[in-house]
Amino acid sequence: MTTPPLLDVEGLHVRYPVSRDVFGRPTGHVSAVDGVDFTLENGETLGLVGESGCGKSTLGRAVVALEPAAEGTVRFRGYDFARLSDDELKQQRRFGQFIFQNPRTSFDPRRSVGASVRMALDIQRLFRPRERDEAVAEIFRKVGLGPEHRARYPHELSGGQLQRIGIARALVLQPQLIVCDEPVSALDVSVQAQILNLLKDLRGEFDLALLFVSHNLAVVEYIADRVAVMYYGRIVEITSRRRLFDNPLHPYTHALLESVPSMDLAHRDDPAPKLGDPPDPTHLPSGCRFRNRCPRAFDLCREADPETVEVEPGHAVACWAVRGVDRARARETSATITKTEETT
Amino acid sequence: MVTTTHDDRHGTAGSADDLLAIRGLRTEFGTGDRTVRAVRGVDLSIARGEILGLVGESGSGKSVLASSILRLIRPPGRIAAGEIVFDGRDVLAMNTRTLSRWRGRDIGIVFQQPQGCLNPVRRIGWQVAEPLRLKKGLGRRAAWDEAVQLLRSVGIPSPESKARAYPHQVSGGQAQRVMIAIALALRPKLLIADEPTTALDVTIQAQILELLRDSCRTHGTSLLFVTHDLGVIAKLADRVAVMYAGNIVETGSVGGILESPRHPYTRGLMDAAPRLRSSEGERLRDIPGSIPNLARPIPGCPFAPRCGLRKELELDRCDREMPPFVQSAERHAVRCWGLPEMRTANRTNAAAPEREIVR
Repeated sequence: MTTPPLLDVEGLHVRYPVSRDVFGRPTGHVSAVDGVDFTLENGETLGLVGESGCGKSTLGRAVVALEPAAEGTVRFRGYDFARLSDDELKQQRRFGQFIFQNPRTSFDPRRSVGASVRMALDIQRLFRPRERDEAVAEIFRKVGLGPEHRARYPHELSGGQLQRIGIARALVLQPQLIVCDEPVSALDVSVQAQILNLLKDLRGEFDLALLFVSHNLAVVEYIADRVAVMYYGRIVEITSRRRLFDNPLHPYTHALLESVPSMDLAHRDDPAPKLGDPPDPTHLPSGCRFRNRCPRAFDLCREADPETVEVEPGHAVACWAVRGVDRARARETSATITKTEETT
Repeated sequence: MVTTTHDDRHGTAGSADDLLAIRGLRTEFGTGDRTVRAVRGVDLSIARGEILGLVGESGSGKSVLASSILRLIRPPGRIAAGEIVFDGRDVLAMNTRTLSRWRGRDIGIVFQQPQGCLNPVRRIGWQVAEPLRLKKGLGRRAAWDEAVQLLRSVGIPSPESKARAYPHQVSGGQAQRVMIAIALALRPKLLIADEPTTALDVTIQAQILELLRDSCRTHGTSLLFVTHDLGVIAKLADRVAVMYAGNIVETGSVGGILESPRHPYTRGLMDAAPRLRSSEGERLRDIPGSIPNLARPIPGCPFAPRCGLRKELELDRCDREMPPFVQSAERHAVRCWGLPEMRTANRTNAAAPEREIVR
């Protein structure tokens, strides 16, 4: 029997209400995460890419129990979040930490940053109280800040320094997983490189698993071992970094990669992929959610929602065209397809 | 009609054919000890039909420079010194009436957040029609029809019905197309775009960049666009100016800047940005430190405290004196004491009444 993965997400749905009736009961919702499966091993970095509104941040929050699952399970270190009591959940939170996009808004402006980091230890009751200050000092060193920074307040520090403290606050609890939600998007390129290098170093030193959420494909390529591409609540392609960037299969992944403006002037006149406008998330198209923007869409894509299935070992894609499934074969072979077809 | 003039120009001087010429521009905010000098003496010119990319990080003064050209600096900010000449006219001498006629008609602007710039309670079509009615004097019907045409030309699908929509009913990408339609409605000579695609998704960004480039090329409109993204520069610019801490540090053709950057900051920016499908396992070369405080005097080169070349060559002069522009190749000007030609020039000019540079 092999050991279970650090994080195991199965059939996860997260929904937000978008409209309510006069009594405040939700009448409509948007599925920010709409049936997602993946696993993450110890020490592994999974990059989660997608455009705004695709649900990547919601998924990141759900795996550390910051958002409740509407359906499906999140198993972290073998524990099913839905079955834990509040106390047990608090214990598990220590092992799954979070780094936010904007360090300016994720610290208490009236508390010194050293105190903010120490508070994490106080809440989790990690170390004896008199050892905690030493632990904070140690972690400040690890993220490249001096002891003099501990007494500073957030407004006295630059964005890059604050993000280092964001990392310190997560790291001081000795977690096994850190969800990084666009941790460098608010930073300038020169500082972004400092933070990415730091994360890479610390990941090795602390044997950390990272779920690295970003809209920036180049950043994800730099840091991730495996990459998942999300589109409106669904992971449409997931595979190793090598395969995703060398041999992308899903038409959406292709479009994303072709859209990134390259510094190489040889690509200056490459035409932009003609993708059309994104759909309304509350009224996704029937069948495949990407079909109205997809250059390879055909009749089956309108009728049936493709699941994310392995097309080669370690490479899963949600696309009928990539799988080479035509309408007739889909009808014969899969009962689930007929079912979705009837409901849409 | 495409008019690209590529005469022997560099960062310090323009030619008579320039649509826009800026000299010694200084823009400041606040007073006394707390004065933030955001733009610290900038010379810049844009030729007719040219696309100039202004690249820099936050705090470099690139947006303040763009706003200064439009005279959109509000107190406590002010343009403290310099000259802005647009098509032979002195922009800093214009009175309010001339200014408001000039804006929109001769110069258009596109901002970063399109949704924030559109009036939420007016139909899109009327917002595009407004400059046509106010400044071109068209009647309601004619202005509306031309607005629909403009929306079509910027790639809005079914423009007749979209013209009737309100801003919240269109996506961010479409709203930016609407902004471009408004900015181009009166066929201005210069379009200024401040981070026009930063708020957009990457697939939409690619389309908007293409639209901006094609619209400007078709009508011979000059374009000054501000960005922090060198990839966007590569896609769009004919010429590039790199800004750091209120100064332009390097300017040249897009090929010159991206393929043989000379200023240590430009080189640092290019190395620090992760690139798709770059060699694996290689560490990003970051630039240590952060930008200087613009409220304090910066006697020397503002990049000196972070500069690897300054450290390597132990150039004290970098801390004391701002280097002048040196034209290093055709249309390529750089200001850096560390350049090889600067070092020899300093040695040979030892007789000049300048402090000699010592290693």
